[in-house]
Amino acid sequence: MSDTFFYAAEVMLNGLMAGVMYSLVALGFVLIFKASGIFNYAQGVLALFAALTLVGLQEGQVPFSHVINAVFGTNLHHFGWTLPSVVAIALTALVMVGMAIVIERYVLKHLVNQEPIILFMATIGLAYFLEGLGDVMWGSDIKKLDVGLPQGISETIETVTYNLFGYGFFIDKLDIVAALVATALVITLTLFSQYTKYGRALRAVADDHQAALSVGISLRFIWVLVWSIAGFVALVAGIMWGSKSGVQFSLSLIALKALPVLMLGGFTSIPGAIVGGLIIGMGEKLFEFAIGPMIGGATENWFAYVLALIFLVFRPQGLFGEKIIERV
Amino acid sequence: MNLKFAALVAAAMATALPAMAQDLHFPSLSYRTGAFAAGGIPFADGYADYLTLLQERDGGIGGVPIRQSECETAYNTEKGVECYESIKNDNPLIIQPLSTGITYQLIPKVTADGIPLHTMGYGRTSAKNGTVFANVFNYPANYWDGASIAVNYLLSQNDNDIKGKKITLLYHNSAYGKEPIRTLETLATKHGFELTLLPVDSPGQEQKSQWLQIRREKPDAVLFWGWGVMNQVAVQEAVNVRFPMENFIGVWWSGSENDVLPAGDGANGYKSLAMHGTGMDYPVYADLKKYVHDAGKSAGAGDQVGSVLYSRGMYAAFLAAEAAKKAQELAGIGAITPAQMRDGMEALVITEETMAAAGLPNFGFPFSVTCANHGGEGYGLVQQWDASAKKWNLITDWIQSDQEVINALVEEDSAAFAAENNIEKRCN
Repeated sequence: MSDTFFYAAEVMLNGLMAGVMYSLVALGFVLIFKASGIFNYAQGVLALFAALTLVGLQEGQVPFSHVINAVFGTNLHHFGWTLPSVVAIALTALVMVGMAIVIERYVLKHLVNQEPIILFMATIGLAYFLEGLGDVMWGSDIKKLDVGLPQGISETIETVTYNLFGYGFFIDKLDIVAALVATALVITLTLFSQYTKYGRALRAVADDHQAALSVGISLRFIWVLVWSIAGFVALVAGIMWGSKSGVQFSLSLIALKALPVLMLGGFTSIPGAIVGGLIIGMGEKLFEFAIGPMIGGATENWFAYVLALIFLVFRPQGLFGEKIIERV
Repeated sequence: MNLKFAALVAAAMATALPAMAQDLHFPSLSYRTGAFAAGGIPFADGYADYLTLLQERDGGIGGVPIRQSECETAYNTEKGVECYESIKNDNPLIIQPLSTGITYQLIPKVTADGIPLHTMGYGRTSAKNGTVFANVFNYPANYWDGASIAVNYLLSQNDNDIKGKKITLLYHNSAYGKEPIRTLETLATKHGFELTLLPVDSPGQEQKSQWLQIRREKPDAVLFWGWGVMNQVAVQEAVNVRFPMENFIGVWWSGSENDVLPAGDGANGYKSLAMHGTGMDYPVYADLKKYVHDAGKSAGAGDQVGSVLYSRGMYAAFLAAEAAKKAQELAGIGAITPAQMRDGMEALVITEETMAAAGLPNFGFPFSVTCANHGGEGYGLVQQWDASAKKWNLITDWIQSDQEVINALVEEDSAAFAAENNIEKRCN
């Protein structure tokens, strides 16, 4: 087989891997939308905030140090200790749970029974607030994130494929880790959703808020729970994307990569987020490979949306979305 | 009643006019928030700290106090234009937007308002032609100079023969990233190298396709026009595909500490262009420490001092201050107007003595601005990242761009602009 064929296969594989990274972001959107009907505009910023907090805790950075120094004339920057990655991740997860409680208490609680557009707008406000808070807490500089994840070309895959096909495939080790983590996340979330008491409660709320309330399910607790899980998923996405580019404020823009995934996979399906991500990732990379050079390249951003729109023409609710049936 | 009204107007004018004329207003269109803040903050800090130094140490420029103001653009063109509109009537001596997108929008506005615009190493390249762009300056070097300096460097590394070599331009798919294409195409014809263009859509977090292509085609060199997150991702991807870092050369906007630190040791050997020196080995830092940092008057947290982009902000402020001095000299007054500042910029002469007197010996290449040449002579350096020492080292002497090629392109592009906008050429 020709060199071009193997190159196309390499592009496709890398597209699938990139799709997994998009899915990690999309999962957070799905969880919140499924449980509360809210399109959480702040999901990308949650990933940024989680990654900032993780690096800050790991490196012993004093939060709000710029403000403290400006007000009190001190010169505080670091506590002088560093934390092991596992401890820092666990503490960041706790921070995200705390954030879920605060968001529920000071934002969502006051908006129960409001129109979805009101809730959506509240999440826009939340996104700007969190971005500013992250800036004031941890600063705007680019931070290196190192939690021990491998990165760079997998030499094993390169050697094996070279021996088999005479063409060494490039696969990033970080992408392989992301694929494993995404698989574990989906299995865990599915098991949680199907086989635990809180998972069933979450599904009940997703089906019908009022009916769930009538059987004694606390809507407030479920919202805290789902925002906590979404916060954890945001932390995972923040770690993966932050390892690629360093932790910086453009991390919040990864949400843009998740939107076509959601449109394609459906806003309410966890497997849909994964499958949607894979299709978008593979589709955009193959299009860039095959058609991109003919039309000047840089097609990936817009082609992802075109691909999602094409799917929507045939399946408006997305591949795995719940079909909307209105009886008159 | 009329007398009272007239008295009120007279009083208002008496208080307003001196306030406008008795200080030198240097606005800063900065971006300390948003996706590009990591690049915007050190530049803004360097710019502000140098002007604060002049105010604290010298009492301003020529005895006239300096007034600074800052407007947040978030690297957003619309916000940048809003910032300009909000300050244009406040006697701004010079506008430096640090964004090519904002620059393109401001060129007609500053021309109409008579306010000078300085886009140091960015913006519209053909604005070098002062006969067409009366109010726009882009000294000491521009994007096309950058492209040509990179090619000249490659020539110097290959016994002046790069015929048949494969050179890839990896660029931000925007007005900024597209600027060097025309120059590189001309230089490819002249020197016989094979040019491949690889655009990356903004913001540039995902570049897998481009780097797979680079891995496959194995170009002899990759020239790089990135900004923001695109820089960090590109350096990391180059490490991932094991591209030889010594053959990866960024423009001066892709050569700060921010761009290489996240990739760790893998970034060792990455090169970029530079238009000025960097680091703390300049006498100006002693004064900055005494009058600004230790006095608690720093613009930022003080953690960016000496970095590449802080140095660039400081250099921009130094050039602005020197132009203001020249304007004061020409006008014979201290409290100059934007129009007089423009005249000062057009007569600016930066010598080694000027830089040494400011505590910046050998910081930049000496240059003169004239009515026809608003862009300098196009000199730059190449620097290389040392990952273990976490510092940039200058590895070349000053390299001049191919003036024959650049000036012809500048003439062609500016002539087209003049024809489109019915601009009559000046400097006759």
